Amino acid sequence: MNSIQATVNKILTYSCVDGPGNRLVIFLQGCNFSCVTCHNPYTVGLCNHCGDCIPACHANALELIDGQIAFDPSACDQCDACLDICPISASPMVQNISVADILEIARKNKPFLSGITVSGGEATLQLKFVITLFEAIKADSELKSLTCFVDTNGHLGAQSWGRLLPVTDGVMLDIKAFDPALHHGLTGQNNAKTLKAAKTVRDADKLYELRFLVIPGKTDTEAEIDGLTKFALSLGPDIRVRLNAFQHHGVRAEAQGWETMTKTGIDKIAAHLRKAGIPEVITPAFYL
Amino acid sequence: MQEIIEKLQNITDDKTLNPAQKARYLSIEAENMLPYPALDAQTAEALKQRVICDMYEGHAPYKPRYVLPDYSIVLKNGSAYLELPPPETLDEAINTLMIAYHHVPSVTGIPVYIGQLDDLLLPFCDGVSDDALYRKIKLFWRYLDRVLPDAFMHANIGPTDNRVARAILRVDAELKQIAPNLTFLYDPKISSEDILAMATNNIVECSKPHIANHPLHAKLFDDRGYGIVSCYNVLPIAGGASTLTRVNLKEVALRADSVVHFFAEVLPHYMELNFRLAKVRVDYLFNKSNFFTSFLVEEGWIDPDRFTVMYGIYAMAEAVNILQEKEGLAGQYGFDDVANKLGYRMSEEMARIVKNRPLENVWRGRAMLHSQAGISIDEGATPGVRIPYGTEPDPVSHVQALAPHHQYYSSGISEILTVDETIKNNPEAMLQLCKGALESGFREFTANVASNDLVRVTGYMVRLSDIAKFKACKGSRTNTTALASEAADGTGILDRKPRVVGHELYPSYGQ
Repeated sequence: MNSIQATVNKILTYSCVDGPGNRLVIFLQGCNFSCVTCHNPYTVGLCNHCGDCIPACHANALELIDGQIAFDPSACDQCDACLDICPISASPMVQNISVADILEIARKNKPFLSGITVSGGEATLQLKFVITLFEAIKADSELKSLTCFVDTNGHLGAQSWGRLLPVTDGVMLDIKAFDPALHHGLTGQNNAKTLKAAKTVRDADKLYELRFLVIPGKTDTEAEIDGLTKFALSLGPDIRVRLNAFQHHGVRAEAQGWETMTKTGIDKIAAHLRKAGIPEVITPAFYL
Repeated sequence: MQEIIEKLQNITDDKTLNPAQKARYLSIEAENMLPYPALDAQTAEALKQRVICDMYEGHAPYKPRYVLPDYSIVLKNGSAYLELPPPETLDEAINTLMIAYHHVPSVTGIPVYIGQLDDLLLPFCDGVSDDALYRKIKLFWRYLDRVLPDAFMHANIGPTDNRVARAILRVDAELKQIAPNLTFLYDPKISSEDILAMATNNIVECSKPHIANHPLHAKLFDDRGYGIVSCYNVLPIAGGASTLTRVNLKEVALRADSVVHFFAEVLPHYMELNFRLAKVRVDYLFNKSNFFTSFLVEEGWIDPDRFTVMYGIYAMAEAVNILQEKEGLAGQYGFDDVANKLGYRMSEEMARIVKNRPLENVWRGRAMLHSQAGISIDEGATPGVRIPYGTEPDPVSHVQALAPHHQYYSSGISEILTVDETIKNNPEAMLQLCKGALESGFREFTANVASNDLVRVTGYMVRLSDIAKFKACKGSRTNTTALASEAADGTGILDRKPRVVGHELYPSYGQ
């Protein structure tokens, strides 16, 4: 089973923003939301080998072999011109990586790691890989102390959660908006599955934190903050909420024109949430 | 003569220096009007070309570079010379130490080691409440920073989890002072996870303390132990280092035709000259200066047999890249396996040469290899074996690239990991990084958090706001700000990606 592969956009051996402690983070390619505000939109699509990126690559790291994009990481200088030109928000630089490969990376970096986090894209789109990876970590005598976390939009059915949660230690769940129409406008999907997932994960005692992106004029409204407050409190008394501030870094053209979220605005919302009884509200360490 | 007078007047009239700072620079100028201890022609030429370097310690070594008194002696016996009775209470013990510090010389004139404070003070803490202890330590800390304002002054705590260490960590995070510098000695078998977490949380708060890998250090010393002083120099207690001379590996590499030539001839040649430079300085200190007639020796605070020579090296990154180019290889130091392995080979070879070269009037008859963190005037030469500023990889890759060097540098080595400020929301990540680094063989874990006002510049602490004030010509009450300002301007140290930095000394006025 450890030969099962995932389409991986990137692997980090140092991250202090993807769960508790320092984590090995696997960014899986592909997403079922198409968020206007996505800060890494090149993780959304899956490459269809159209070849449009080849002429954009000044380092000659890309070519078509038998109709498939071939990428040479040793030639690449990370200019990201291929990402800019891709018509479907994909990346020609993704790699197919097996569970066994990830285990080897985890072993090499074990002394530095508190755990492993799968992120994306939307990690649960490659559910079988994630479950196999987490099972393998828990079965490995050297690696089993690593906690296994998922960073997700929660758009996953109950049966799938039933398979994933037993091998997962913590979930960071992103809620994009509480008003269904606003959510659809921001993501192209409904939020019913996500809201249900929050309860499922919470009931399994695996909800590490709720994440909420605050966008001026959209998700910072009284109705949205009220929705967040009530929803978080309905999940239980010791819920942890992380507020993220909308910034322009990485986002595509449409959202570049939107106003960014300020520290003053975030601090005001955080104070409101704390006053309402949410014990742990995390705000950004800095603003761009 | 006119030139000398002008130079001295520049010091006396400087608007950024206070009178004590002026007096110190004037004394350095006076010392350097004396002839240098006699050097053979080759060594003199190498020194002139700065292939080897004496850290501008001065022409007449009348005091050791670093002195680590055994302060337990004065706390147990008092001092006949200083007319001090043995202390009996915590107040008396702290007062005795405060007096003692003023009689401990060093290259800067301010003590670089103020003791293993928890071991020293714990015997006086019975019956002292936690709150009283906290308040007394806070006054003590304020005194140290205001009266002995030099970031090279270094306190040690650990490896046990104890009340004094906890009070010190609490006060240090609260006051966020430049001085004293602080190291927690960590031993996974002795230290609690809780106190290590307290120490790494402090790093997130104020970039202090350093965390030393106690088991790796302790096994190189004897029962009297060791201290971490100045930046991160590891030296015998009741002794210290007579001198620190260093080899600029970049200059050595420039004089080699190839890797083979470098190892076979050029490196051994300049290493020998650097031994000779150390030797004339040690000879002067021991045979001419009369330093060891001091009451410090008579009363047993120090023992002349316990002074080592720190054998410094620096600019390894440049040396490796120069040799790679001469061999037609593209890989850069810190990022490429072949380049990194060439670096490890240098460290191994230099450790071998140091181990095989006897020296007189030196602890155990041998110098101790040291990865030297640079001084303010170094340009185009990266400290020690570090990766050049501003180009470092992520902290984990950074540690993994440099860890194999650490086994060779018995008198100290430190990398500065710059960590971005998102870690403030997740201090557990700092704890994990620290544990990973020490488990990988790091002798010392040091980190800067990018947004902190208090940061390290090559090894000592400075406040960024002080540097800004200094540049606005308002002067600074701390001795290391001027030094840091020069280092920051000249060496690109603050160009570092949010991660770490070290320490060193401002050799003379206007340099």
